[in-house]
Amino acid sequence: MSFADVAAALLVPVLFPPLLLAVIARTKARLAGRRGPPILQPYFDLARLLRKGIVRSRTTTWVFFAGPVVGLVTALLAALLVPLGTHGALVGFPGDLIAFAYLLALGRFFTIAAALDTGSAFEGMGAAREAAFSCLAEPAAFFALLVLVKLSGSFSLGEMLGPSLPALWTAGAPSLGLAAVSLFVVLLAENCRIPFDDPNTHLELTMIHEVMVLDHSGPPLALILYGSALKLFAYGLLLVRMVTPFELTSTATGVAASLAGLLLLAVLIGFVESVMARLRLLRVPSLLVGAGLLSAFGVMLLVG
Amino acid sequence: MTTGFALAAIACLAGSGFAAACARRPVVADRIGAALVAAGAVLGVLAAGLALAGHGDELVFPSALPGGAWVVGVDALSALFLLPVFAVTLACSVYSLEYFGAAEHPRAAGRLRIAFGLTSAGFALVLVARHALVLLAGWEVMAIAAFFAVTADDREREVRDAGFLYLVCTRASTLCLLALFALFWTATGSLELVAAPPGRIPLAQQSAIFALALAGFGLKAGLVPLHIWLAPAHAAAPTHVSALLSGVLIKAGIYGLVRVVALLPDTPLWWGQALLGLGVVSAVLGVAFALAQHDVKRLLAYHSVENIGIIAIGLGLALLARALARPEIALLALAGALLHVVNHALFKSLLFLAAGAVIRTTGTRSVDALGGVAKAMPVTAFCFLAGAVAIVGLPPLNGFISEFLIYTGLLRVVALETGRAWLLAVLAVPALALTGGLALACFAKVFGAVFLGLPRSDASRAAREAPAAMLGAMGGLVVLCAAIGLAPFLIAPALEAASGAVLPVSAEMLRAPVASLSLLNLGVLAVCALVGVALGVRLMRGPRAASGTWDCGYAAPTASMQYSASSFAELLVGAFEFALRPRVHAPRLAAILPGAASFHSDVPDLVLDRVVSPAGRALARGFGRVRALQQGSVHAYLLYVWLTLVALLIVTGVSG
Repeated sequence: MSFADVAAALLVPVLFPPLLLAVIARTKARLAGRRGPPILQPYFDLARLLRKGIVRSRTTTWVFFAGPVVGLVTALLAALLVPLGTHGALVGFPGDLIAFAYLLALGRFFTIAAALDTGSAFEGMGAAREAAFSCLAEPAAFFALLVLVKLSGSFSLGEMLGPSLPALWTAGAPSLGLAAVSLFVVLLAENCRIPFDDPNTHLELTMIHEVMVLDHSGPPLALILYGSALKLFAYGLLLVRMVTPFELTSTATGVAASLAGLLLLAVLIGFVESVMARLRLLRVPSLLVGAGLLSAFGVMLLVG
Repeated sequence: MTTGFALAAIACLAGSGFAAACARRPVVADRIGAALVAAGAVLGVLAAGLALAGHGDELVFPSALPGGAWVVGVDALSALFLLPVFAVTLACSVYSLEYFGAAEHPRAAGRLRIAFGLTSAGFALVLVARHALVLLAGWEVMAIAAFFAVTADDREREVRDAGFLYLVCTRASTLCLLALFALFWTATGSLELVAAPPGRIPLAQQSAIFALALAGFGLKAGLVPLHIWLAPAHAAAPTHVSALLSGVLIKAGIYGLVRVVALLPDTPLWWGQALLGLGVVSAVLGVAFALAQHDVKRLLAYHSVENIGIIAIGLGLALLARALARPEIALLALAGALLHVVNHALFKSLLFLAAGAVIRTTGTRSVDALGGVAKAMPVTAFCFLAGAVAIVGLPPLNGFISEFLIYTGLLRVVALETGRAWLLAVLAVPALALTGGLALACFAKVFGAVFLGLPRSDASRAAREAPAAMLGAMGGLVVLCAAIGLAPFLIAPALEAASGAVLPVSAEMLRAPVASLSLLNLGVLAVCALVGVALGVRLMRGPRAASGTWDCGYAAPTASMQYSASSFAELLVGAFEFALRPRVHAPRLAAILPGAASFHSDVPDLVLDRVVSPAGRALARGFGRVRALQQGSVHAYLLYVWLTLVALLIVTGVSG
């Protein structure tokens, strides 16, 4: 890895993610006939929140602050595990896809604990939903990754999503297609987008993620917003790398292709959010199980 | 020399209770007992360390009984199991100075101390036995002593019932083991536990031995559907005994399985597949049952079923890989399973001890009656949180390392192997992921409900931090969990050495994965600390205010309006309704302004309630007919024994 590779692999995950939120918001605004907020609004929001003071509930303990910190750090480290171009990730080792999933799980555990720390019924409700839905999303994500493992004969993200990707698509396009669809559904669920959760809703009873962070304010809230952007970036990069099997040899073109793919993905998410309504909560598990089955079929195509 | 240390350690443990019984003052008795256990732990860890460093040896006691000389010895496999036994026994013993001291329990404490020491000593004897009779002797001492430890509080009916169920299960387990070693003896002509040469035992007989081992050791380990005794026994026992049961006793089943497999030269495919399948079922159902529990000790007991399932997945994969001659996969899987044995002993006893500290001060085991305990017991809360992160298998603690090794073994199968024989291994990956997700939900639930939020009852408002001895015991276990998580390379050579008992191992295969995990875990910890400190400094400088929790505009929130543990688990328990069959007693609300009502739900054990109990009742009815034989007179029983002997002589005379 050259210096430029390292710089790109470090700077892009740090600087780029909030832009995805802005693109989603802009897409939704345009489709609704509005102009939408400025494209740098998420960065302004983060800066504003970091300057503010906080109000904390008397019920809470240090766990309340551990939630945002661990959530941000785990999302950042998970993002560093996904290769930005064909050159491999900054951090990579055999089995790093397990680390990817378990880092995000660590973040989820502390986010849920921080929500329960407030003793609020609403935040408990959101925490319960987050825990339940991610139980179902986890096997779906693993089935999708198994397709890649099986096809590439390797189990580090750098090699699975590396230069051999075009050959994988010629070998197992149907399985990879199914896995990509299922991974997209998991991405929507894990990042609390419509149809699983509505980030803009105003009714606490129906929220999942937003209701878990009701009591956070100021800098901790900034960490949470930034962390969720990073999580979207990490999942999105995984999906984008998977579906863009081009031979791009130089660092610059590889990174540019990934970023362009991510922006397109953000537009797609914005489009999905504009044309769909949020599902009834009771329907969510069946959609997730369906997504899991899709990629399970993908695995069976290769194994059977 | 090494074995001598181990035997001395066993003698210290076994004698600790008896020596303490000689002291007149309760405080002195407690200290004598703990001191002897500590001496035993030092000697035992020394023996294990020597064996792992390659200085294992054997002692031979000539015996006139058939089956060869009585051999005891410490090899790497024994040593790896000895380490957690002594660590956990010591922690529990120190903890019991304050938890179940002779001052508060004058009647039971002395008896319990004897049973406690003998349980660990018995297991340690099982570990060093190289002769089936020695192993069975240790096994029986452990099993019977554990019965007395579980029933320490035998004035309560619940405790007596749990003890009886445990006794029935452990008898059945011993019966299987007797049959197993009898078969081994008939095939090899020896009771010494040395690997049989290829071709000595017919394959069908080897499979019968394996099946008996699966039943006998599976009962002790708590594999589904043989897990029925775990939850009642863990709930009924004093908490430090629950920790010992979960951390030490059930591992005897795993050790037995590994040791027996090492004795047999061949490995048919179905062994690994059966164990892998049982492991997947145990892991998923164990955690699903745990999620539905309201009693914190029953909940932790079901998590033992889950973790035994994860260990069985590793062992099953190792067997499958041994059958198909893939040594790298077998090593990863076996090393992962063995490390999970050590890890589970550490974090599960830690969780029990932390839960016990809460139970001791609040007097309730019901999760839904607690809440907000972390404010009064910050150290205990931190210890429980560490145990929870470890057991869910999250970085940066030890559970992540062992689960990662098992995952890597499974992923190697997916990446490199083809053929239907491996299908179960492929499916085990998402099953393990599901287990992980459910375990996360379960520990988020129990940590949140017990330690966070507002107190839900007067009992939890009265919580006070545990005394120093208890905190010290928990702290020691936290340090061990963190050490394995952050510096797994310290234990990797031991894993390789222990795996060598079962597999041909090429050394240093574990070094690379373990080194990257160590860096990752250190990275997680360092970056979290960095961001945490930065946030702390920023918050110190900025304006701060405190208020009540925002409850969406509602003016008078109360503690009982919090999301309860049952509500938290409701979505997932509903998803597993087909297996859990919850019993719900909900009132029908008819009028517009309904009166006071109460709601109650519980999840009984499916296997125990639907299968074993009805079968037991039917058996009891059937055997009522032969009750006439039960005269209660020793002479009659001697007559029966003599008649049986004559009958056997006639039968063998006719056939032979």
